[in-house]
Amino acid sequence: MTMKALLSPAKRFVIGVPYVWLLVFFALPFLILLRISITDMGASIDPFTPLLDRAGDSWRLLLKPQNYLPLFTDGVSGFGGTIYIQAYQTSLKYAALTTLLCLAIGYPFAYFLARCKPSVRPALLLLVMLPFWTSFLLRISAWKGILADQGVLNNLLLWLGIINQPIVMLYTDVSMLVGMTYVYLPFMILPLYTNLVKMDMRLLEAAHDLGASRFKAFWLITVPLSKAGIVAGCMLVFIPAVGEFVIPSLLGGADNIMIGRVMWDELFSSNNWPRASALSVVMMLLVLVPLALYYRYKDRTVE
Amino acid sequence: MTIATAYLETDQLVKRFGGVAAVSDVSLSINKGEIFALLGSSGCGKSTLLRMLAGFEVPTSGRILLGGSDIAAMPPHERPVNMMFQSYALFPHLNVSDNIAFGLKREGMPKAQIAQRVAEMLTLTQLQDFAQRKPHQLSGGQQQRVALARSLAKKPQLLLLDEPLGALDKKLRERTQFELVNILESVGVTCVMVTHDQEEAMAMASRIAVMSQGRVLQVGTPKEIYEHPNCRFVADFIGNVNLWEGTLDVDAADCCEVKTAHGVVHVGHGISGTLGMACAVAIRPEKITISKTRPGLVTNLFSGTVKEIAYFGSYNTFIVEMPGGGAVKILEANTSRYDGGDITWNDAIFFWFDETAPVVLTQ
Amino acid sequence: MMAGLFLEKRTSRFWLATVFLFLYIPLLFLIVFSFNSTRQDGVFTGFSLRWYQALLTDSRLVEGFWLSLKVALLTGTLSVVLGCFAAFVLVRYRQFSGRTLFYGMVNAPLVMPEVIIGLSLLLLMVASQRIFGFPERGFATLVLGHMLLGMAYCTTVIQSRLQEMDRSIEEAAMDLGCKPVQVFFLITLPSIAPALVSSWLLAFTLSFDDVVLSEFLSGPGVTTLPQVIFSYARRGVNPSIYAAATLLIAIVSLGIIAYSIYALRQQKRAVNASQAT
Repeated sequence: MTMKALLSPAKRFVIGVPYVWLLVFFALPFLILLRISITDMGASIDPFTPLLDRAGDSWRLLLKPQNYLPLFTDGVSGFGGTIYIQAYQTSLKYAALTTLLCLAIGYPFAYFLARCKPSVRPALLLLVMLPFWTSFLLRISAWKGILADQGVLNNLLLWLGIINQPIVMLYTDVSMLVGMTYVYLPFMILPLYTNLVKMDMRLLEAAHDLGASRFKAFWLITVPLSKAGIVAGCMLVFIPAVGEFVIPSLLGGADNIMIGRVMWDELFSSNNWPRASALSVVMMLLVLVPLALYYRYKDRTVE
Repeated sequence: MTIATAYLETDQLVKRFGGVAAVSDVSLSINKGEIFALLGSSGCGKSTLLRMLAGFEVPTSGRILLGGSDIAAMPPHERPVNMMFQSYALFPHLNVSDNIAFGLKREGMPKAQIAQRVAEMLTLTQLQDFAQRKPHQLSGGQQQRVALARSLAKKPQLLLLDEPLGALDKKLRERTQFELVNILESVGVTCVMVTHDQEEAMAMASRIAVMSQGRVLQVGTPKEIYEHPNCRFVADFIGNVNLWEGTLDVDAADCCEVKTAHGVVHVGHGISGTLGMACAVAIRPEKITISKTRPGLVTNLFSGTVKEIAYFGSYNTFIVEMPGGGAVKILEANTSRYDGGDITWNDAIFFWFDETAPVVLTQ
Repeated sequence: MMAGLFLEKRTSRFWLATVFLFLYIPLLFLIVFSFNSTRQDGVFTGFSLRWYQALLTDSRLVEGFWLSLKVALLTGTLSVVLGCFAAFVLVRYRQFSGRTLFYGMVNAPLVMPEVIIGLSLLLLMVASQRIFGFPERGFATLVLGHMLLGMAYCTTVIQSRLQEMDRSIEEAAMDLGCKPVQVFFLITLPSIAPALVSSWLLAFTLSFDDVVLSEFLSGPGVTTLPQVIFSYARRGVNPSIYAAATLLIAIVSLGIIAYSIYALRQQKRAVNASQAT
């Protein structure tokens, strides 16, 4: 028996274990999600009503793709005016804003970090990651305390005489974006840093040698080369941010209802499983293109 | 004289990757206790051949006979063959002793015996003081010795060496060459080594196989290969050579003549061939004598102009342009400090060589 | 040019300092106000340990802590095992039918919104319960859900280490008589050990910290620490959680300091030894 033949049953086992696990716990749930989203709950309000129904001699397919309609129109505000559409828009808006903020703050940070002395870098990286290892819920709760009307920041500004009245920050756009940016910043910094730290400094030296100023060299060489890191980082922030649920609950106001919350309410408050599933399916479709982008650029960050 | 018995034989060994043949129809016969080198440039198939001997590649067809039995299908962990890797491949989480003992533990050898064998190997490779160190705490030369000790610990029937001196710097390499051969010969193990460095092969091996494009071109002792190459490639690959193309003019039992663009060359050995056939004459640069003054009666006398001179301390190299076109490389040892008759650029000179110097190549 | 360099250095220091400050302000707040003598969030009224006392006597928090710990320990371990398998498949088996799907599935949980993963897993659990009678929503479902996320992270970490590994030591082991399975346990595992440890820590932390999946997958009487904290945080100010946070920060910082000392000592030992050669 050759070595190749020896590998085969072992190989099948090694591939099989994680593959089957993923199929059962990742792929299968999605299929169930799809199925539930087009289920006709029937009189018994049972989301698991069988799809096939036998009435007498004939089989009937109990599908209700119309479950998707109320997402887009509710008869009152015309097509596209539902609270669901609003929630999707809000989610996309905040996700996009968060991504931009994270990029604006995170890129220079990653750049400067990558240019630090090699001996200092591991310590600084550790410092960046330390907050990540402490519960993010607790850190968000802290922002609640800081940004409250009677919170630390307002009291500080009042005490310094900069303002006369407390600024309303909590439960507004401000607190939302602060919270989102805060939580997602490390996700942007890490892929950018990995990419920038591996960049060949000699390319920049060559640019300077040919007469480019530091600023120009940055825009013409550094930024394009870090494209993979930028895209990966942006997707790593944008996609999960679309479905973000905790931060809007703690720091967001009535104007900032995001789709995660809406879906949650449909599921746990209204017990409308098919609708919650339909909302999730549409959310998935929304992030499909960013997801594809992420996969494409993910492994390029280590070029 | 005892007839050397073939201990390791390969029989028409072929390895194909996709449609490309990395090793093509290689049949070798290696004697017990000899150090056999596979020599060639990168891509010639020598590494693939070595890996087939080790068991990391399965031959597409052909047999590998070790002590008479075919081991081609045997997985590496069952073969009585051990390999010394080019990168040494020392286990980073084990110290030197444990690295050497690793293979012995797999055999199920009793502890006391293992300890004894490890001590033997440490003494053999002069590593007694380093037994407890981890690989990253050793220098390159020391790591190489650990790799050697580890590969000899199981007293294998065949030892494979993959570019054994490749990772060492030049001075260390020269010293290690002789040490390595001494150790191998004292142990008496049959060795096959792979190298692209002809000096390494010539210095260490008792016989060399020159490979190119998956095939073995010539097998012989270093002297045989150098003095009697069997084809243009081998002649050119080993050392320096002047190759003059020509046609066979006179063919006698013990000599022949080849008509070349530069003139007729008298060769002191006969060849089997037909008159008028295309062939080449190979002349080693050190076998040519150069002078400004015309000599007396000599064979194979030619003239030319000196175009390049390089002084290497122990010898000079001259590139001489010939009236018929083409250039000849001549090597002259600096045997005396006599300055008289110094040759310089653009001098018209004569050069000649004995009729034993040239070799006629038909391939 | 020199002016440009000077400006860059200044900007660099300023930017790094500001962002670090931003990252650490909440932590400072938590630590300071965990010692506050009153409930007020805006003013520090005095030093007091009352919230630490309240923390230890709050049964919900304490129970939640133990549950989270148990779930996280199990999740971490199982995630590493699965992650090892998956990493091996991705690095060593370059070609097999369905590889793209596998790759997609392994990496998706890293990026996908947790609410989608939570809902779909919940549906799976409920469906399974109806058909097979198990699992009950509780400890098991929590672990299974957390494992999905943990496995994705573990695979990424282990994969990169596995890729860098020098494969010739595996061949050397086989050459010396090691059967392929033995090679994995004797040679490959020790070689990727650091990645196994760091990915375990990662999976542990993620599980311990997780809110969304837990909310979807936990059952009656089974509430994790983050779930308790979440309900407190939604209701209002409760400085007991600040005390919890401070303790957590202390533990993590100690862990990081201990690790750094260990790593520094290893480095020193290696330098000393190689100098002695």
